[in-house]
Amino acid sequence: MNIRESLIAILVLGICVFWALADGAAAQQGIGSALRLMTPLLLACLAGLYSERAGVFDIGLEGKMLMAAFTAASVAYITGSAWLGLAAGIGGSLALSLIHGLASITFMGNQLISGVAINFLASGLTVLIGQNAFGLGGRTPALTGDGRFGPITLPGAEAVADVPLLGPIYSGLISGQTILVYVAFAMVPITWWVLYRTRFGLRLRAVGENPASVDTAGISVTRLRYTAVAIAGILCGIAGAYLATGLSAGFVKEMTAGRGFIALAALIFAKWRPWQALFATFLFGLLEAIANLYPNLDLGIVVVPSMFMNALPYILTVIILAGFVGRAIPPRAGGEPYVKER
Amino acid sequence: MDKMPKWADVILTPLISLILAMGISALVILAIGESPWMALTTMVEGALGSSYGWGFTLYYATNFVFTGLAVMVAYHASLFNIGGEGQAAMGGLGVALVLLYLPLPHWAIALPVAMVGAAAFGAAWAFLPAFLQAKRGSHIVITTIMFNFIAAALLNYVLVNQLRPVGSMDPASARFPEATNLPALTDIAAAMGFDWGRNSPVNVTFLVALAACFLIWVLIWRTRLGYQIRAFGRSEPGAVYAGINPVTITVIAMLISGGLAGMMAINNVMGEAERLVLNAVEGAGFIGIAVALMGRNHPLGILLAALLFGFLYQGGGELALWTSIPRELIIVIQALVILFTGALDNMVRMPLERLFLTMRRTSRGAVK
Repeated sequence: MNIRESLIAILVLGICVFWALADGAAAQQGIGSALRLMTPLLLACLAGLYSERAGVFDIGLEGKMLMAAFTAASVAYITGSAWLGLAAGIGGSLALSLIHGLASITFMGNQLISGVAINFLASGLTVLIGQNAFGLGGRTPALTGDGRFGPITLPGAEAVADVPLLGPIYSGLISGQTILVYVAFAMVPITWWVLYRTRFGLRLRAVGENPASVDTAGISVTRLRYTAVAIAGILCGIAGAYLATGLSAGFVKEMTAGRGFIALAALIFAKWRPWQALFATFLFGLLEAIANLYPNLDLGIVVVPSMFMNALPYILTVIILAGFVGRAIPPRAGGEPYVKER
Repeated sequence: MDKMPKWADVILTPLISLILAMGISALVILAIGESPWMALTTMVEGALGSSYGWGFTLYYATNFVFTGLAVMVAYHASLFNIGGEGQAAMGGLGVALVLLYLPLPHWAIALPVAMVGAAAFGAAWAFLPAFLQAKRGSHIVITTIMFNFIAAALLNYVLVNQLRPVGSMDPASARFPEATNLPALTDIAAAMGFDWGRNSPVNVTFLVALAACFLIWVLIWRTRLGYQIRAFGRSEPGAVYAGINPVTITVIAMLISGGLAGMMAINNVMGEAERLVLNAVEGAGFIGIAVALMGRNHPLGILLAALLFGFLYQGGGELALWTSIPRELIIVIQALVILFTGALDNMVRMPLERLFLTMRRTSRGAVK
């Protein structure tokens, strides 16, 4: 971590501590909400990380999440099983990933245009099929019981609930989340390990920086990139399934509401690295939670409108992209199809 | 030597892409248990079957001409501007401020002033992404996406907290003064003694859009600036070697692009709604991407593609009205057009090129 990242980390932790001291109950509620709101962001952000580290830009995160949310909610409603919903979510997202792979790897098309197309495809198809299947204007019926992922109480949560400091943090925040939240957090060290400690990760990073060298070493660029795009599809699928069957109880038209783009922003904020992604998505989740809890945040001197809080992730990303506070340099071969020399 | 004759590149490839997109859309309609033929006839009837339908088709097409041209100008400088949505929204703010706060006695005076306001706000919204791309290398696609969201938040704030008339619950500005309302084409037709397109929103902005197509053609292919933009788009090092300043060209191309996107507001905000409402752009900024790709980044192509999308948009509305197919079908078609003409371009092009090569070889063999 460099100075900039440490400073932002201290600032965010400071906000949390200050909030907890000022109003403990609200802080617990807000930070808990931030953890839940950051989960889809984190999963989508890691999805983008795999794809973009392999040199395939992905602005279709939003669409893949949306499609996954829809297929997950539909299947969970029909079968009554959140787990089958999760599988369907991953399937829906993977289908769009395949299109993205075909366009950007096999047919060497423009990856950005492909991403734009995927976002619209998901936005249209979900409502089209949803209206046809359920007739609720693009919504799916509300999920109940096993159709949703319920909270899990971790061992010992009740025992330590009354311990000061540890109690509220462990039993109030860490325990009682749905399984997908834990999956998302576990993905951070796993991604770090895969990326920096395995042969696959080395090759993945190499294919995003200099695909020709990977090709020269006798490794298929196409196969590596397809694998990366598929991993991105799986992670977006989990993110979408969490949105529809964990965070809410069913699919609503356009329910991703720009989260795919906030994840993209977080990815740039994190400079394409997993631990920083955890941190960036927590910051953006926290902003969303604060904006939800305090529509008009009164800071004493000025009243911050909720619109500003909602736009803050985007504004921060532009500032980071502008390179005024540490530069964000994307993988060098990102966005360019690999043309094998003949 | 080119692998394909020019006509094949300009007409055949977009046409095949369109047919593929339509074919898959037909399959989607079949899959949801409706008849594609019935859908098509409903759309044609609703959009082109009456002067009323044409009025709407042309109204939507006007929006898409502006946003399509916006994408095109940036594209010639090899910049992918997907911020048309935000720039058009800001253009709306520009129009609203000009019309609400300047005393403009007649629409003929209000129109040029509003155009300046719309273009200035749209261009201003494109300036920062352009400048950051040119000076700091921040990717313009990402910054313009971010600026779309920032524009939405800003407009939401301005409409709810500033422009909303006292006592109104609706997040929208006050009505613009009566004198500044643009004449609809139906009024002009009525003045000339025709009964055409009654109650349809197409207005004089359509003529402005036609003029814009011509002017942009002149700009890109007949002026020094246009040459510089194209040269820069083809090869940045080449352009720099020829003494073209990359920062200036990037910024100018994006200012023109943003200005064009902003100009859309004189159609939808000034011409139709006659007040600024929330989400006035309704995705037209994004449709501009499909229109520019489909129109092969040429104003004539863009005009035709805009008419096509105008038809799809109006036809989609009719479809939602008369059948159980929701209007989101249009978003699917739009996505497929973008996919096939933009991202899967090579999938259509490669077999075509092979076909033309074999045809050439066999015809040459026959001569020998």
